[in-house]
Amino acid sequence: MTASMISLDSSASAKTSDNRLTNAKSDSCKSSSCGSTAKPDDMDPATWEKIKDHPCYSEEAHHYFARMHVAVAPACNIQCNYCNRKYDCANESRPGVVSEKLTPEQALRKVISVANEVPQLSVVGIAGPGDACYDWRRTKATFEKVAAEIPDVKLCISTNGLALPDHVDELARMNVDHVTITINMVDPQIGAKIYPWVFYNHRRYTGIEAAEILHKRQMLGLEMLAARGILVKVNSVMIPGVNDEHLIEVNRWVKERGAFLHNVMPLISDPAHGTYYGLTGQRAPRAIELKALQGRLEKGAKLMRHCRQCRADAVGLLGEDRGKEFTLDHIPDAVSYDERNREAYREVVARERGNHAAAKSEAIEMVKAAGPDGSLHVAVATKGGGRINEHFGHAKEFQIYEASPRGIAFVGHRKVEQYCRGGWGDDATLDGVIVALEGIDIVLCAKIGDCPKKRLADAGIRAVDSYTYEYIETAISMVYATEFGVDLLTGTA
Amino acid sequence: MAFKIIASQCTQCGACEFECPSGAIELKGENYVIDPKKCTECEGAFETQQCASVCPVPKTCVPA
Repeated sequence: MTASMISLDSSASAKTSDNRLTNAKSDSCKSSSCGSTAKPDDMDPATWEKIKDHPCYSEEAHHYFARMHVAVAPACNIQCNYCNRKYDCANESRPGVVSEKLTPEQALRKVISVANEVPQLSVVGIAGPGDACYDWRRTKATFEKVAAEIPDVKLCISTNGLALPDHVDELARMNVDHVTITINMVDPQIGAKIYPWVFYNHRRYTGIEAAEILHKRQMLGLEMLAARGILVKVNSVMIPGVNDEHLIEVNRWVKERGAFLHNVMPLISDPAHGTYYGLTGQRAPRAIELKALQGRLEKGAKLMRHCRQCRADAVGLLGEDRGKEFTLDHIPDAVSYDERNREAYREVVARERGNHAAAKSEAIEMVKAAGPDGSLHVAVATKGGGRINEHFGHAKEFQIYEASPRGIAFVGHRKVEQYCRGGWGDDATLDGVIVALEGIDIVLCAKIGDCPKKRLADAGIRAVDSYTYEYIETAISMVYATEFGVDLLTGTA
Repeated sequence: MAFKIIASQCTQCGACEFECPSGAIELKGENYVIDPKKCTECEGAFETQQCASVCPVPKTCVPA
Protein backbone atom coordinates (compact mmCIF):
# COMPACT_ATOMS: atom_id res chain seq x y z
CA MET A 1 0.00 0.00 0.00
CA THR A 2 1.85 3.05 -1.18
CA ALA A 3 -0.93 5.58 -1.32
CA SER A 4 0.66 8.98 -1.14
CA MET A 5 0.25 10.75 2.14
CA ILE A 6 -0.72 14.17 0.90
CA SER A 7 -3.71 15.41 2.75
CA LEU A 8 -6.29 17.36 0.81
CA ASP A 9 -7.34 18.52 4.18
CA SER A 10 -4.05 20.34 4.73
CA SER A 11 -4.29 21.63 1.21
CA ALA A 12 -7.77 22.96 1.71
CA SER A 13 -6.93 24.63 4.97
CA ALA A 14 -3.62 26.11 3.87
CA LYS A 15 -3.77 29.81 4.55
CA THR A 16 -2.17 31.00 1.38
CA SER A 17 -2.30 29.65 -2.09
CA ASP A 18 1.52 29.50 -2.11
CA ASN A 19 1.38 27.03 0.77
CA ARG A 20 -1.21 25.08 -1.06
CA LEU A 21 0.86 24.89 -4.21
CA THR A 22 3.82 23.65 -2.17
CA ASN A 23 1.59 20.97 -0.70
CA ALA A 24 0.39 20.10 -4.14
CA LYS A 25 3.86 19.86 -5.57
CA SER A 26 5.07 17.57 -2.80
CA ASP A 27 2.72 14.98 -4.21
CA SER A 28 4.65 14.52 -7.38
CA CYS A 29 2.98 11.69 -9.22
CA LYS A 30 4.12 8.92 -6.91
CA SER A 31 1.51 6.55 -8.13
CA SER A 32 1.98 4.61 -11.31
CA SER A 33 -1.62 5.44 -12.12
CA CYS A 34 -0.95 9.16 -12.50
CA GLY A 35 -3.29 10.65 -15.05
CA SER A 36 -5.85 7.91 -14.74
CA THR A 37 -9.43 9.02 -14.51
CA ALA A 38 -11.97 8.46 -11.78
CA LYS A 39 -14.72 8.18 -14.38
CA PRO A 40 -16.95 5.15 -13.90
CA ASP A 41 -16.84 2.76 -16.84
CA ASP A 42 -20.57 2.93 -17.54
CA MET A 43 -20.74 6.71 -18.00
CA ASP A 44 -20.20 8.70 -21.16
CA PRO A 45 -17.43 11.33 -20.96
CA ALA A 46 -19.76 14.31 -21.53
CA THR A 47 -21.95 13.36 -18.59
CA TRP A 48 -18.95 12.68 -16.39
CA GLU A 49 -17.62 16.13 -17.28
CA LYS A 50 -20.86 17.63 -15.97
CA ILE A 51 -20.99 15.76 -12.68
CA LYS A 52 -17.37 15.19 -11.73
CA ASP A 53 -17.16 18.32 -9.58
CA HIS A 54 -20.73 18.27 -8.29
CA PRO A 55 -20.89 16.80 -4.78
CA CYS A 56 -24.62 16.02 -4.97
CA TYR A 57 -24.57 14.35 -8.39
CA SER A 58 -21.46 12.26 -7.83
CA GLU A 59 -20.73 10.25 -4.70
CA GLU A 60 -17.08 10.28 -5.69
CA ALA A 61 -17.02 14.08 -6.07
CA HIS A 62 -18.60 14.64 -2.68
CA HIS A 63 -15.33 13.69 -1.01
CA TYR A 64 -13.60 16.61 -2.74
CA PHE A 65 -16.04 19.36 -3.59
CA ALA A 66 -18.34 21.65 -1.70
CA ARG A 67 -21.59 23.39 -2.52
CA MET A 68 -23.24 26.48 -1.20
CA HIS A 69 -26.86 27.54 -1.30
CA VAL A 70 -27.80 31.18 -1.48
CA ALA A 71 -31.19 31.92 0.02
CA VAL A 72 -32.42 34.48 -2.51
CA ALA A 73 -35.79 32.87 -3.34
CA PRO A 74 -38.17 33.03 -0.39
CA ALA A 75 -41.44 33.07 -2.32
CA CYS A 76 -43.22 29.80 -3.07
CA ASN A 77 -46.18 28.84 -5.20
CA ILE A 78 -47.27 25.65 -3.50
CA GLN A 79 -47.87 24.41 0.00
CA CYS A 80 -46.40 21.06 1.06
CA ASN A 81 -47.51 19.28 4.19
CA TYR A 82 -43.90 18.72 5.27
CA CYS A 83 -42.93 22.37 5.03
CA ASN A 84 -43.44 25.32 7.32
CA ARG A 85 -41.64 28.44 6.22
CA LYS A 86 -42.69 30.30 9.33
CA TYR A 87 -40.28 28.34 11.45
CA ASP A 88 -36.52 28.76 11.53
CA CYS A 89 -33.76 27.53 13.80
CA ALA A 90 -30.01 28.14 13.57
CA ASN A 91 -29.16 24.61 14.68
CA GLU A 92 -31.38 22.68 12.35
CA SER A 93 -30.26 21.06 9.16
CA ARG A 94 -33.20 20.53 6.88
CA PRO A 95 -34.36 21.89 3.55
CA GLY A 96 -36.20 25.17 3.67
CA VAL A 97 -34.44 26.45 6.78
CA VAL A 98 -32.35 29.61 6.51
CA SER A 99 -31.02 32.17 8.94
CA GLU A 100 -31.23 35.14 6.60
CA LYS A 101 -32.67 35.87 3.20
CA LEU A 102 -30.41 37.57 0.69
CA THR A 103 -30.83 39.99 -2.15
CA PRO A 104 -28.96 39.03 -5.35
CA GLU A 105 -26.28 41.64 -4.51
CA GLN A 106 -25.80 40.20 -1.02
CA ALA A 107 -25.72 36.70 -2.47
CA LEU A 108 -22.90 37.67 -4.83
CA ARG A 109 -20.87 39.05 -1.92
CA LYS A 110 -21.43 35.83 -0.01
CA VAL A 111 -20.46 33.63 -2.97
CA ILE A 112 -17.22 35.58 -3.47
CA SER A 113 -16.37 35.36 0.24
CA VAL A 114 -16.96 31.62 0.27
CA ALA A 115 -15.03 31.10 -2.98
CA ASN A 116 -12.05 32.93 -1.44
CA GLU A 117 -12.20 30.97 1.83
CA VAL A 118 -13.47 27.51 0.80
CA PRO A 119 -11.34 26.27 -2.10
CA GLN A 120 -13.49 23.14 -2.44
CA LEU A 121 -16.42 25.27 -3.64
CA SER A 122 -17.64 24.07 -7.03
CA VAL A 123 -21.40 24.59 -7.01
CA VAL A 124 -23.68 27.52 -6.21
CA GLY A 125 -27.26 26.44 -5.83
CA ILE A 126 -30.58 28.14 -5.16
CA ALA A 127 -32.85 25.92 -3.13
CA GLY A 128 -35.31 28.21 -1.50
CA PRO A 129 -36.48 28.71 1.19
CA GLY A 130 -39.24 29.19 -1.43
CA ASP A 131 -39.10 28.02 -5.03
CA ALA A 132 -36.19 29.05 -7.27
CA CYS A 133 -38.30 28.96 -10.46
CA TYR A 134 -41.28 30.79 -9.02
CA ASP A 135 -39.11 33.51 -7.47
CA TRP A 136 -37.43 33.72 -10.85
CA ARG A 137 -36.35 37.36 -11.00
CA ARG A 138 -34.16 36.94 -7.95
CA THR A 139 -32.82 33.55 -9.08
CA LYS A 140 -31.91 34.87 -12.49
CA ALA A 141 -30.33 38.08 -11.19
CA THR A 142 -28.20 36.07 -8.76
CA PHE A 143 -26.99 33.60 -11.37
CA GLU A 144 -26.10 36.35 -13.82
CA LYS A 145 -24.03 38.16 -11.22
CA VAL A 146 -22.25 35.02 -10.01
CA ALA A 147 -21.49 33.76 -13.53
CA ALA A 148 -19.99 37.14 -14.46
CA GLU A 149 -17.59 37.04 -11.49
CA ILE A 150 -16.77 33.32 -11.26
CA PRO A 151 -17.40 31.81 -14.70
CA ASP A 152 -16.31 28.26 -13.82
CA VAL A 153 -18.59 27.72 -10.83
CA LYS A 154 -21.49 25.37 -11.54
CA LEU A 155 -25.00 26.74 -11.14
CA CYS A 156 -27.82 24.61 -9.95
CA ILE A 157 -31.39 24.99 -8.74
CA SER A 158 -33.97 23.07 -6.82
CA THR A 159 -37.66 23.46 -7.65
CA ASN A 160 -41.07 21.97 -7.08
CA GLY A 161 -41.54 22.08 -10.86
CA LEU A 162 -44.76 24.10 -11.08
CA ALA A 163 -43.12 27.14 -12.70
CA LEU A 164 -40.22 25.18 -14.18
CA PRO A 165 -41.44 24.84 -17.81
CA ASP A 166 -41.58 28.65 -18.09
CA HIS A 167 -37.84 28.96 -17.46
CA VAL A 168 -36.20 25.93 -19.06
CA ASP A 169 -34.89 27.90 -22.03
CA GLU A 170 -33.37 30.56 -19.80
CA LEU A 171 -31.82 27.89 -17.57
CA ALA A 172 -30.21 26.33 -20.63
CA ARG A 173 -28.95 29.74 -21.80
CA MET A 174 -27.43 30.43 -18.40
CA ASN A 175 -25.55 27.11 -18.48
CA VAL A 176 -27.44 25.65 -15.56
CA ASP A 177 -26.44 22.02 -15.93
CA HIS A 178 -28.19 20.63 -12.86
CA VAL A 179 -31.81 20.92 -11.81
CA THR A 180 -33.43 19.14 -8.91
CA ILE A 181 -37.20 18.63 -9.04
CA THR A 182 -38.99 17.43 -5.96
CA ILE A 183 -41.49 14.83 -7.19
CA ASN A 184 -43.40 12.97 -4.53
CA MET A 185 -46.14 11.45 -6.65
CA VAL A 186 -47.35 10.68 -10.15
CA ASP A 187 -50.86 9.85 -8.94
CA PRO A 188 -52.84 13.02 -8.11
CA GLN A 189 -54.94 11.03 -5.60
CA ILE A 190 -51.78 10.60 -3.56
CA GLY A 191 -50.63 14.14 -4.39
CA ALA A 192 -53.77 15.55 -2.78
CA LYS A 193 -52.59 14.07 0.53
CA ILE A 194 -49.24 15.83 0.26
CA TYR A 195 -50.13 19.23 -1.23
CA PRO A 196 -53.02 21.23 0.24
CA TRP A 197 -52.84 23.82 -2.57
CA VAL A 198 -50.92 25.23 -5.52
CA PHE A 199 -50.98 28.77 -6.92
CA TYR A 200 -51.07 28.66 -10.69
CA ASN A 201 -52.23 31.08 -13.39
CA HIS A 202 -53.24 33.64 -10.78
CA ARG A 203 -55.44 31.43 -8.67
CA ARG A 204 -55.22 28.93 -5.90
CA TYR A 205 -56.16 25.33 -6.70
CA THR A 206 -56.81 22.69 -4.07
CA GLY A 207 -57.35 18.94 -3.84
CA ILE A 208 -56.93 16.59 -6.77
CA GLU A 209 -57.15 19.44 -9.25
CA ALA A 210 -54.08 21.04 -7.63
CA ALA A 211 -52.11 17.79 -7.64
CA GLU A 212 -53.03 17.16 -11.29
CA ILE A 213 -51.70 20.55 -12.34
CA LEU A 214 -48.51 20.04 -10.37
CA HIS A 215 -47.99 16.55 -11.78
CA LYS A 216 -48.41 17.68 -15.40
CA ARG A 217 -46.05 20.60 -14.95
CA GLN A 218 -43.43 18.42 -13.25
CA MET A 219 -43.46 15.85 -16.05
CA LEU A 220 -43.36 18.58 -18.70
CA GLY A 221 -40.44 20.32 -17.00
CA LEU A 222 -38.53 17.05 -16.62
CA GLU A 223 -39.00 16.17 -20.28
CA MET A 224 -37.99 19.66 -21.43
CA LEU A 225 -34.80 19.57 -19.35
CA ALA A 226 -33.87 16.07 -20.50
CA ALA A 227 -34.39 17.11 -24.13
CA ARG A 228 -31.84 19.90 -23.63
CA GLY A 229 -29.27 17.63 -21.99
CA ILE A 230 -29.64 19.27 -18.57
CA LEU A 231 -29.13 16.73 -15.81
CA VAL A 232 -32.15 16.27 -13.58
CA LYS A 233 -32.08 14.92 -10.08
CA VAL A 234 -35.46 13.95 -8.68
CA ASN A 235 -35.92 14.33 -4.95
CA SER A 236 -38.73 12.35 -3.34
CA VAL A 237 -39.77 12.60 0.27
CA MET A 238 -40.64 9.16 1.63
CA ILE A 239 -43.83 9.51 3.68
CA PRO A 240 -44.82 6.19 5.32
CA GLY A 241 -48.39 5.20 4.54
CA VAL A 242 -48.79 8.04 2.01
CA ASN A 243 -46.33 7.55 -0.85
CA ASP A 244 -43.76 4.99 0.28
CA GLU A 245 -44.97 2.15 -1.97
CA HIS A 246 -45.91 4.67 -4.67
CA LEU A 247 -42.31 5.87 -5.00
CA ILE A 248 -41.52 2.70 -6.95
CA GLU A 249 -43.89 3.96 -9.64
CA VAL A 250 -42.47 7.48 -9.34
CA ASN A 251 -39.01 6.03 -9.91
CA ARG A 252 -40.19 4.27 -13.06
CA TRP A 253 -41.90 7.41 -14.45
CA VAL A 254 -38.94 9.68 -13.90
CA LYS A 255 -36.47 7.17 -15.28
CA GLU A 256 -38.56 6.87 -18.45
CA ARG A 257 -38.51 10.65 -18.81
CA GLY A 258 -34.74 10.91 -18.53
CA ALA A 259 -34.03 11.71 -14.87
CA PHE A 260 -30.35 11.22 -14.18
CA LEU A 261 -30.55 10.55 -10.46
CA HIS A 262 -33.28 9.72 -7.95
CA ASN A 263 -32.84 10.76 -4.34
CA VAL A 264 -35.33 9.27 -1.90
CA MET A 265 -35.17 11.18 1.37
CA PRO A 266 -36.87 10.44 4.66
CA LEU A 267 -39.70 12.74 5.78
CA ILE A 268 -38.67 15.06 8.60
CA SER A 269 -41.71 15.52 10.83
CA ASP A 270 -40.70 16.79 14.26
CA PRO A 271 -43.83 18.30 15.87
CA ALA A 272 -41.66 21.22 17.03
CA HIS A 273 -41.25 22.31 13.39
CA GLY A 274 -44.96 23.07 13.20
CA THR A 275 -45.52 21.43 9.81
CA TYR A 276 -48.88 19.85 9.00
CA TYR A 277 -47.31 16.39 9.16
CA GLY A 278 -45.50 17.26 12.37
CA LEU A 279 -48.71 18.39 14.01
CA THR A 280 -50.84 15.48 12.79
CA GLY A 281 -48.34 12.90 14.00
CA GLN A 282 -47.37 11.59 10.56
CA ARG A 283 -44.30 9.49 11.33
CA ALA A 284 -40.97 9.55 9.50
CA PRO A 285 -39.58 6.33 8.01
CA ARG A 286 -36.98 4.44 10.00
CA ALA A 287 -33.49 4.23 8.49
CA ILE A 288 -34.01 0.53 7.78
CA GLU A 289 -37.28 1.22 5.90
CA LEU A 290 -35.58 3.84 3.74
CA LYS A 291 -32.74 1.46 2.96
CA ALA A 292 -35.21 -1.32 2.07
CA LEU A 293 -37.07 0.97 -0.35
CA GLN A 294 -33.79 2.13 -1.92
CA GLY A 295 -32.90 -1.53 -2.35
CA ARG A 296 -36.12 -2.11 -4.29
CA LEU A 297 -35.36 0.87 -6.54
CA GLU A 298 -31.91 -0.39 -7.39
CA LYS A 299 -32.85 -1.40 -10.97
CA GLY A 300 -34.56 1.89 -11.81
CA ALA A 301 -33.10 5.39 -12.07
CA LYS A 302 -29.68 5.68 -10.45
CA LEU A 303 -30.00 6.38 -6.74
CA MET A 304 -28.33 9.04 -4.66
CA ARG A 305 -27.38 7.74 -1.23
CA HIS A 306 -25.16 10.46 0.17
CA CYS A 307 -27.76 13.23 0.57
CA ARG A 308 -27.64 15.14 3.87
CA GLN A 309 -30.94 17.05 3.45
CA CYS A 310 -29.06 20.28 3.91
CA ARG A 311 -30.33 23.73 4.74
CA ALA A 312 -31.26 26.22 2.02
CA ASP A 313 -28.25 28.29 3.15
CA ALA A 314 -25.73 25.47 3.69
CA VAL A 315 -22.05 26.07 2.89
CA GLY A 316 -19.24 23.53 2.60
CA LEU A 317 -18.72 19.83 2.02
CA LEU A 318 -21.93 17.81 2.27
CA GLY A 319 -21.14 16.44 5.72
CA GLU A 320 -20.54 19.85 7.26
CA ASP A 321 -22.29 23.18 7.40
CA ARG A 322 -20.10 26.26 7.61
CA GLY A 323 -23.04 28.57 6.93
CA LYS A 324 -22.66 30.33 10.27
CA GLU A 325 -19.19 31.54 9.27
CA PHE A 326 -20.62 33.35 6.28
CA THR A 327 -23.62 35.28 7.52
CA LEU A 328 -23.82 38.86 6.25
CA ASP A 329 -22.32 40.33 9.40
CA HIS A 330 -19.16 38.29 8.73
CA ILE A 331 -18.82 39.49 5.16
CA PRO A 332 -17.13 42.79 4.27
CA ASP A 333 -19.11 45.33 2.25
CA ALA A 334 -16.66 45.10 -0.61
CA VAL A 335 -15.16 41.78 -1.66
CA SER A 336 -13.21 40.79 -4.71
CA TYR A 337 -12.77 37.31 -6.08
CA ASP A 338 -9.33 35.74 -5.87
CA GLU A 339 -9.26 32.66 -8.07
CA ARG A 340 -5.89 31.35 -6.79
CA ASN A 341 -7.21 29.27 -3.87
CA ARG A 342 -9.75 27.40 -5.92
CA GLU A 343 -7.36 26.88 -8.83
CA ALA A 344 -4.61 25.49 -6.63
CA TYR A 345 -7.04 23.16 -4.92
CA ARG A 346 -8.37 21.87 -8.21
CA GLU A 347 -4.84 21.08 -9.34
CA VAL A 348 -4.31 18.98 -6.24
CA VAL A 349 -7.63 17.24 -6.66
CA ALA A 350 -7.04 16.45 -10.32
CA ARG A 351 -3.91 14.53 -9.36
CA GLU A 352 -5.26 13.11 -6.14
CA ARG A 353 -8.48 11.67 -7.46
CA GLY A 354 -6.65 9.71 -10.17
CA ASN A 355 -4.58 8.06 -7.45
CA HIS A 356 -7.68 7.53 -5.36
CA ALA A 357 -9.55 5.89 -8.24
CA ALA A 358 -6.66 3.50 -8.85
CA ALA A 359 -6.36 2.62 -5.15
CA LYS A 360 -10.11 2.17 -4.95
CA SER A 361 -10.35 -0.27 -7.85
CA GLU A 362 -7.33 -2.17 -6.52
CA ALA A 363 -9.02 -2.42 -3.11
CA ILE A 364 -12.30 -3.58 -4.63
CA GLU A 365 -10.55 -6.25 -6.69
CA MET A 366 -8.81 -7.48 -3.58
CA VAL A 367 -12.07 -7.78 -1.67
CA LYS A 368 -13.69 -9.61 -4.57
CA ALA A 369 -10.72 -11.98 -4.73
CA ALA A 370 -10.90 -12.71 -1.02
CA GLY A 371 -13.56 -15.36 -1.41
CA PRO A 372 -17.29 -15.83 -1.41
CA ASP A 373 -18.25 -15.61 2.26
CA GLY A 374 -17.34 -12.28 3.75
CA SER A 375 -19.58 -9.39 4.71
CA LEU A 376 -18.43 -6.41 6.69
CA HIS A 377 -20.23 -3.22 7.70
CA VAL A 378 -17.73 -0.44 8.20
CA ALA A 379 -18.28 3.06 9.60
CA VAL A 380 -15.68 5.63 8.57
CA ALA A 381 -14.78 8.94 10.19
CA THR A 382 -13.65 11.33 7.48
CA LYS A 383 -13.55 15.03 6.81
CA GLY A 384 -13.21 14.62 3.07
CA GLY A 385 -10.64 13.74 0.45
CA GLY A 386 -11.71 10.09 0.49
CA ARG A 387 -9.41 9.35 3.41
CA ILE A 388 -9.63 8.28 7.02
CA ASN A 389 -8.71 11.58 8.59
CA GLU A 390 -11.18 12.38 11.36
CA HIS A 391 -10.91 11.59 15.05
CA PHE A 392 -13.64 9.35 16.43
CA GLY A 393 -14.62 11.92 19.01
CA HIS A 394 -14.81 14.76 16.49
CA ALA A 395 -17.04 13.00 13.98
CA LYS A 396 -20.51 14.45 13.46
CA GLU A 397 -21.35 11.62 11.11
CA PHE A 398 -19.94 8.33 9.93
CA GLN A 399 -19.92 7.20 6.32
CA ILE A 400 -21.12 3.63 6.01
CA TYR A 401 -19.59 1.13 3.62
CA GLU A 402 -20.41 -2.50 2.94
CA ALA A 403 -17.62 -4.86 1.92
CA SER A 404 -18.70 -8.18 0.45
CA PRO A 405 -17.73 -10.52 -2.38
CA ARG A 406 -19.43 -7.98 -4.68
CA GLY A 407 -16.86 -5.35 -3.74
CA ILE A 408 -16.93 -2.23 -1.58
CA ALA A 409 -20.00 -0.02 -1.74
CA PHE A 410 -20.94 3.24 -0.08
CA VAL A 411 -24.40 2.74 1.39
CA GLY A 412 -25.12 5.90 3.37
CA HIS A 413 -24.19 7.93 6.39
CA ARG A 414 -25.29 8.10 10.01
CA LYS A 415 -25.37 11.32 11.92
CA VAL A 416 -24.15 11.34 15.50
CA GLU A 417 -23.73 13.90 18.21
CA GLN A 418 -20.09 14.91 18.46
CA TYR A 419 -18.74 12.86 21.37
CA CYS A 420 -15.62 14.78 22.29
CA ARG A 421 -15.81 18.49 23.02
CA GLY A 422 -12.66 20.38 24.03
CA GLY A 423 -10.88 17.29 25.32
CA TRP A 424 -13.80 15.91 27.29
CA GLY A 425 -15.87 12.94 26.30
CA ASP A 426 -19.41 12.62 27.54
CA ASP A 427 -20.64 9.13 28.41
CA ALA A 428 -24.27 9.82 27.55
CA THR A 429 -23.24 11.09 24.11
CA LEU A 430 -21.12 8.00 23.58
CA ASP A 431 -24.17 5.85 24.34
CA GLY A 432 -25.99 7.69 21.56
CA VAL A 433 -23.11 7.16 19.15
CA ILE A 434 -23.10 3.44 19.94
CA VAL A 435 -26.84 3.22 19.26
CA ALA A 436 -26.33 5.03 15.94
CA LEU A 437 -23.65 2.50 15.00
CA GLU A 438 -25.97 -0.47 15.45
CA GLY A 439 -25.10 -3.27 13.06
CA ILE A 440 -21.61 -1.92 12.33
CA ASP A 441 -18.69 -4.35 12.66
CA ILE A 442 -15.77 -1.99 12.46
CA VAL A 443 -15.18 1.74 12.91
CA LEU A 444 -12.24 3.25 11.05
CA CYS A 445 -10.99 6.58 12.34
CA ALA A 446 -7.82 8.65 12.54
CA LYS A 447 -7.59 8.36 16.32
CA ILE A 448 -9.64 7.06 19.22
CA GLY A 449 -9.05 7.02 22.99
CA ASP A 450 -8.80 3.80 25.01
CA CYS A 451 -11.99 4.45 26.92
CA PRO A 452 -14.39 4.89 23.97
CA LYS A 453 -12.58 2.07 22.20
CA LYS A 454 -13.37 -0.28 25.08
CA ARG A 455 -16.98 0.91 25.30
CA LEU A 456 -17.40 0.20 21.60
CA ALA A 457 -15.79 -3.23 21.99
CA ASP A 458 -18.26 -4.03 24.79
CA ALA A 459 -21.03 -3.25 22.28
CA GLY A 460 -19.46 -5.59 19.73
CA ILE A 461 -17.95 -2.87 17.53
CA ARG A 462 -14.23 -2.81 16.87
CA ALA A 463 -12.56 0.56 16.49
CA VAL A 464 -9.37 0.71 14.45
CA ASP A 465 -7.12 3.77 14.19
CA SER A 466 -4.11 2.26 12.47
CA TYR A 467 -5.08 3.37 8.94
CA THR A 468 -4.86 7.10 9.52
CA TYR A 469 -4.75 9.11 6.23
CA GLU A 470 -5.19 5.93 4.20
CA TYR A 471 -7.78 5.87 1.44
CA ILE A 472 -11.12 4.62 2.76
CA GLU A 473 -11.42 1.71 0.33
CA THR A 474 -7.79 0.67 0.80
CA ALA A 475 -8.20 0.52 4.57
CA ILE A 476 -11.45 -1.42 4.25
CA SER A 477 -9.83 -3.93 1.93
CA MET A 478 -6.96 -4.47 4.35
CA VAL A 479 -9.32 -4.95 7.28
CA TYR A 480 -11.43 -7.27 5.16
CA ALA A 481 -8.44 -9.34 4.07
CA THR A 482 -7.27 -9.72 7.65
CA GLU A 483 -10.77 -10.56 8.77
CA PHE A 484 -11.35 -13.31 6.26
CA GLY A 485 -7.87 -14.78 6.43
CA VAL A 486 -6.50 -13.78 3.07
CA ASP A 487 -2.80 -13.12 2.80
CA LEU A 488 -2.49 -9.49 1.72
CA LEU A 489 0.54 -10.13 -0.46
CA THR A 490 -1.07 -12.90 -2.42
CA GLY A 491 -4.28 -10.93 -2.50
CA THR A 492 -2.70 -8.09 -4.40
CA ALA A 493 -0.35 -10.20 -6.48
CA MET B 1 -61.95 48.39 -0.41
CA ALA B 2 -58.51 47.18 0.51
CA PHE B 3 -56.62 44.26 1.98
CA LYS B 4 -54.06 44.32 4.76
CA ILE B 5 -51.25 42.04 5.93
CA ILE B 6 -51.20 40.80 9.53
CA ALA B 7 -47.53 41.50 10.24
CA SER B 8 -47.17 39.02 13.12
CA GLN B 9 -48.16 36.16 10.78
CA CYS B 10 -46.16 37.22 7.74
CA THR B 11 -42.98 35.29 6.85
CA GLN B 12 -41.75 38.03 4.49
CA CYS B 13 -41.54 35.60 1.60
CA GLY B 14 -42.59 38.40 -0.73
CA ALA B 15 -44.75 36.34 -3.09
CA CYS B 16 -47.64 38.79 -2.59
CA GLU B 17 -45.41 41.67 -3.63
CA PHE B 18 -44.78 40.38 -7.12
CA GLU B 19 -48.25 38.94 -7.61
CA CYS B 20 -50.05 42.19 -6.74
CA PRO B 21 -51.38 43.65 -10.00
CA SER B 22 -51.63 47.14 -8.51
CA GLY B 23 -48.12 47.44 -7.13
CA ALA B 24 -49.72 48.14 -3.77
CA ILE B 25 -47.43 45.93 -1.66
CA GLU B 26 -43.93 46.78 -0.54
CA LEU B 27 -41.45 45.98 2.17
CA LYS B 28 -41.29 48.78 4.70
CA GLY B 29 -38.60 48.07 7.26
CA GLU B 30 -39.28 44.56 8.55
CA ASN B 31 -42.81 44.23 7.22
CA TYR B 32 -44.68 43.97 3.98
CA VAL B 33 -47.51 46.47 3.90
CA ILE B 34 -50.41 47.10 1.54
CA ASP B 35 -51.03 50.67 0.48
CA PRO B 36 -54.83 51.02 0.90
CA LYS B 37 -54.91 53.81 -1.68
CA LYS B 38 -53.52 51.51 -4.35
CA CYS B 39 -55.21 48.22 -3.35
CA THR B 40 -58.18 47.35 -5.58
CA GLU B 41 -58.81 43.90 -4.06
CA CYS B 42 -57.86 42.77 -7.58
CA GLU B 43 -61.30 43.79 -8.85
CA GLY B 44 -61.37 43.76 -12.62
CA ALA B 45 -57.96 42.11 -12.80
CA PHE B 46 -58.37 38.64 -11.26
CA GLU B 47 -61.22 36.63 -9.82
CA THR B 48 -59.40 36.15 -6.50
CA GLN B 49 -57.27 38.49 -4.41
CA GLN B 50 -53.75 37.60 -5.46
CA CYS B 51 -52.05 38.33 -2.13
CA ALA B 52 -54.46 36.13 -0.17
CA SER B 53 -54.33 33.36 -2.79
CA VAL B 54 -50.56 33.08 -2.88
CA CYS B 55 -49.85 33.69 0.82
CA PRO B 56 -48.57 30.49 2.45
CA VAL B 57 -49.83 31.40 5.90
CA PRO B 58 -53.61 31.26 6.47
CA LYS B 59 -55.45 34.46 7.50
CA THR B 60 -52.48 36.72 6.85
CA CYS B 61 -53.71 38.75 3.86
CA VAL B 62 -57.24 39.73 4.91
CA PRO B 63 -59.82 42.45 4.22
CA ALA B 64 -58.84 45.63 6.05
